Amino acid sequence: MSRNVLLIEDEPNIIEAIRFLLSRDGWSVHTHANGSDAVAEVARVAPDLLVLDMMLPGRSGMDILRDLRADAATADLPVLMLTARGQTRDRDMAEKAGVSRFMTKPFSNAEVLSAVRELIGEKDAR
Amino acid sequence: MSARRPSVFLERETYRRRRIMDAARLLPILGLALFAIPLLWPTPDTAGPETDPVPMSTAVLYIFGVWAFLIGLAFLFGLKSRGWGPMGSEGLGDEDAR
Amino acid sequence: MASLNLLVSVCLGYVALLFLVAALAERAAAMGRAQWLRSPLVYTLSLSVYCTGWTFYGAVGYAARSGLEFVTIYIGPTLVMIGWWWGLRKLVRIGRSQRVTSIADLLSSRYGKSNGLAIGVTILCVISVTPYIALQLQSIALSLSVFTEEDATRTMETGAFWAAIGLGIFAILFGTRNLDANERHHGVVIAVALEAVVKLFALIAVGVFVVWGLAGGMGETLARIDVSEIGQWEVHGGRWTAITLLAAAAVICLPRMFQVMVVENEDERHLRVAAWAFPLYLLLMSLFVIPIAVVGLDLMPQGSNPDLFVLSLPLSQGNEGLAMLAFIGGFSSATSMVIVAAMALSIMISNHVVMPIYLSTRSGQGASISGDVRHVVLLSRRIAIAAILVLGYLYYRLSGGGAALAAIGLIAFAGIAQILPALVGGLFWRGATRAGALAGLSLGFAIWVYTLLLPGFGANGLLPASVMEQGPWGIDWLRPYALFGITGMDTIVHSVLWSLSLNTAVFFAVSMMTFPGPVERLQGAQFVNVFDHSFGPRGWSGSVAQSEDLMIMSQRILGPAEAQDLFQREAERQGARGHLPEPTPAFLETLERELSGSVGTATAHAMVGQIVGGSAVSVEDLLAVADESAQMLEYSSRLEEKSAELTRTAAQLREANEKLTQLSVQKDAFLSQVSHELRTPMTSIRAFSEIMRDEDGLSAEEKARYAGVIHDEALRLTRLLDDLLDLSVLESGQVSLDMRSGQLTDVLDQAVAAALAGTTEGMAVHRRGVDEAVALYTDLDRLAQVFINLIANASKYCDAARPELTIRVRNLGDRLAVDFLDNGSGVPVHARALVFEKFARVSGDKAGGAGLGLAICREILERLGGDIHYLNDHSGGAFRVILPKAHAMAAQ
Repeated sequence: MSRNVLLIEDEPNIIEAIRFLLSRDGWSVHTHANGSDAVAEVARVAPDLLVLDMMLPGRSGMDILRDLRADAATADLPVLMLTARGQTRDRDMAEKAGVSRFMTKPFSNAEVLSAVRELIGEKDAR
Repeated sequence: MSARRPSVFLERETYRRRRIMDAARLLPILGLALFAIPLLWPTPDTAGPETDPVPMSTAVLYIFGVWAFLIGLAFLFGLKSRGWGPMGSEGLGDEDAR
Repeated sequence: MASLNLLVSVCLGYVALLFLVAALAERAAAMGRAQWLRSPLVYTLSLSVYCTGWTFYGAVGYAARSGLEFVTIYIGPTLVMIGWWWGLRKLVRIGRSQRVTSIADLLSSRYGKSNGLAIGVTILCVISVTPYIALQLQSIALSLSVFTEEDATRTMETGAFWAAIGLGIFAILFGTRNLDANERHHGVVIAVALEAVVKLFALIAVGVFVVWGLAGGMGETLARIDVSEIGQWEVHGGRWTAITLLAAAAVICLPRMFQVMVVENEDERHLRVAAWAFPLYLLLMSLFVIPIAVVGLDLMPQGSNPDLFVLSLPLSQGNEGLAMLAFIGGFSSATSMVIVAAMALSIMISNHVVMPIYLSTRSGQGASISGDVRHVVLLSRRIAIAAILVLGYLYYRLSGGGAALAAIGLIAFAGIAQILPALVGGLFWRGATRAGALAGLSLGFAIWVYTLLLPGFGANGLLPASVMEQGPWGIDWLRPYALFGITGMDTIVHSVLWSLSLNTAVFFAVSMMTFPGPVERLQGAQFVNVFDHSFGPRGWSGSVAQSEDLMIMSQRILGPAEAQDLFQREAERQGARGHLPEPTPAFLETLERELSGSVGTATAHAMVGQIVGGSAVSVEDLLAVADESAQMLEYSSRLEEKSAELTRTAAQLREANEKLTQLSVQKDAFLSQVSHELRTPMTSIRAFSEIMRDEDGLSAEEKARYAGVIHDEALRLTRLLDDLLDLSVLESGQVSLDMRSGQLTDVLDQAVAAALAGTTEGMAVHRRGVDEAVALYTDLDRLAQVFINLIANASKYCDAARPELTIRVRNLGDRLAVDFLDNGSGVPVHARALVFEKFARVSGDKAGGAGLGLAICREILERLGGDIHYLNDHSGGAFRVILPKAHAMAAQ
């Protein structure tokens, strides 16, 4: 079965890289490049996993995450957050906001794949 | 008893000083009295037939004599008080203070 | 006969000598070499200011009229001097410890700083002394007239006039030269001492001439005396006593005597010498009076003025040189008296009349500058001296100058003697009160005026003859010369008897009935017990009372808690028998320091001194207080200034701080931006390179595509690094400019082309070629870089549906403005201040640049001598680049 992954990211080259990786691993990858209507997009796509960039045009990934966690429908949604700003403060904030996994760019492809697999596995185990 | 000696000596000194001060205070009174004596002399108005009025030369000699005498006494007192240190300090002013 | 001109030139020469001596003494004193000026001898000689022209000429006249009675004038002072241990010592000590400046000041100080009393005494002194000054002018004039046969009256008038002017100038020059703390005048004192020697020498010379030259020796003289008109002892007992008393009073109460004896006293040990030396001086001054009088009566024609025997006797014998010497002696007697008296009176007038009025008129305006006060004091003294001499001269002219010299002198003495009860009572009796002093003084003064001064102007002078004969309104017992119906008394004795006895009686009676104020009691204790207070480590008698007073005062100034704390601590330190400490000198010093923190040094000193004794408020203290207040005012205004400055600085600091905070926020942002800008391309590079390494089944197309991405992102990284490097070079100022001539339009062409190359949505660019035809001399590449940045920014951020950019060139005189205006929404107001800072990307909307562009632009333009700023008045994005024109650049 093909699982849905939603990728919210504004850098085209990064979108392409991640889409390539996850598609190859058997995921159905949806992408979105804007922060402002990201929550609505999550509701529409209803993904099994969300890959969320921290710095997005329109709205920050942190805010989006908080909104998602506040909503019962998406409170348990596994979220893998990516950031290029690599500051511990951001990691803390993200963890407080309820992030499932936090990764700093640049990441290794294997890390992303294993993180996605683990997150889906945990979700299934629950 | 040599330790007591200076104090005895000092007391005697102080005692003498006090008596000299008394004398100094008496000086103007003495002067007043001496200068008042001529007032008792007969004048041409008061002189009776048996007393001659005092001649001027005698009066002059008396007045200036008394004057010089008083000056001499004041000089002696000044000389005596010279070694007394600053005036009004210990041993000088104390009698005035009482 | 000596010519008048010769006399005048001798007088002038003599006065010039006095000037010289006084000036030298002042100079020596100023240089601190005045030790010898202040010897007991000089002090004694300065006391001789007692011997005036009246003494010099008048004593002989007096003797010729009344025999030996004249010596009473000297016996009085002699008794006072030899009794120095009783009275003068105390007076001088008080004068020094209280820093008394005049007899009026002494009384005022003793009776609770009563300025009313001081004014009263001042008036009394002026009224008493003015005739006396007139007397001196008269004696100068008379002595001049002896030398001139023709037109004696005119000589006298002009002589008196010029004498008044000359003496006034001298007194003003040396009496008001400076404002000494203790009112000491070295120049005047030394001049007076010199004059003392001159007049003594002159009188003795005449005496020797008379006794050995004319009479034929001592024995012969005595014989002559006995056969003369005054050959018998016939002294009026009442006058003898009364005048002795008056002279004794005068020697301490006369303002000039008080000045030289108390105020100018440098060292009270000088009294020890003066006590016998001054009576000796007086004795010498009077030694030859009787012989001169007798020989004069014998030799001079009937009806000649005995007051002038000293002059006319040698003159009649053809001894002009001796006559000249005698003239100088008389002249110096008169001058020293006038100078010192005028000076002493002027001090009293300025301190007790002018200053209180001046200060009260200025009290509303806050403290005055001390220089101001000094100026007023000196000026008022100068005017006072001039006024006193004018008064003296007027008195001389009005009274006609006819009366016998001695008579005027005695009248003055009797007036001054009215001070005696209040003075002696104040010195020895703690119960003396201000009211008593004032009442006694006033009554005595009134009786003196009525019984002696007014009648002294002669029948129908100031009092009508009817009053003299029948009393005012016919009241018989109020006749001026026969108060209470007692007739036949000598006028002087009559006046002295009534005025002094009633003065004393009223003084005592009123003192008994009234209660003194606190300051008065304090001062009274200090005066009467001056030997306890002024020196000596022991004898803080009444110390608990003092401590209480100190405590009360300190509480008022420091506040109760602090004052009690201070006293408590001191009491503990002293080993505390009670809760109040002993007022030891050390504690007083501490206290004074504490107080001075609140009220200033001078005030604190005066306050502590007030209570403890040792010193009281003097003019100098008051001046210092005024000074301090002025300084405080100045200080507080400076404080205000400072606080305003502080406020400004604080505002600047706040501004700077805000900017710093913003910058620090920006620095954080900068770091995370740099991180972000570096990591983003690296993420793509890493991801795709891993894909290409790990994935096997990639098509050639895919491979080429991914390699392209890697290449692009590597370029992006390079650009970022270039920008950062560029900026750091620009900021550090190490950039080297490539200055060339060129046309603005060419640069713009190049920039537009470069900036818009590769952009998808086209932006319309509006330009006016005519305006752009401007020659430039600058780094054209750098300028192009700026333009490219601005245009690229516009195309990137302009959010209009149809983006348009207008490039407008304006001429600003020697500068050129190139505006870049787009039709978008522009930079938000809050961001405008930061737009030129690094990484200050207004929004993250359209990532691309690292946000360094405008920062670089600003740096470049700074190097090029231009500027860049945001135009606030334009609706869209609007940047203005300002450039120097070609000629300006070339000139550089």
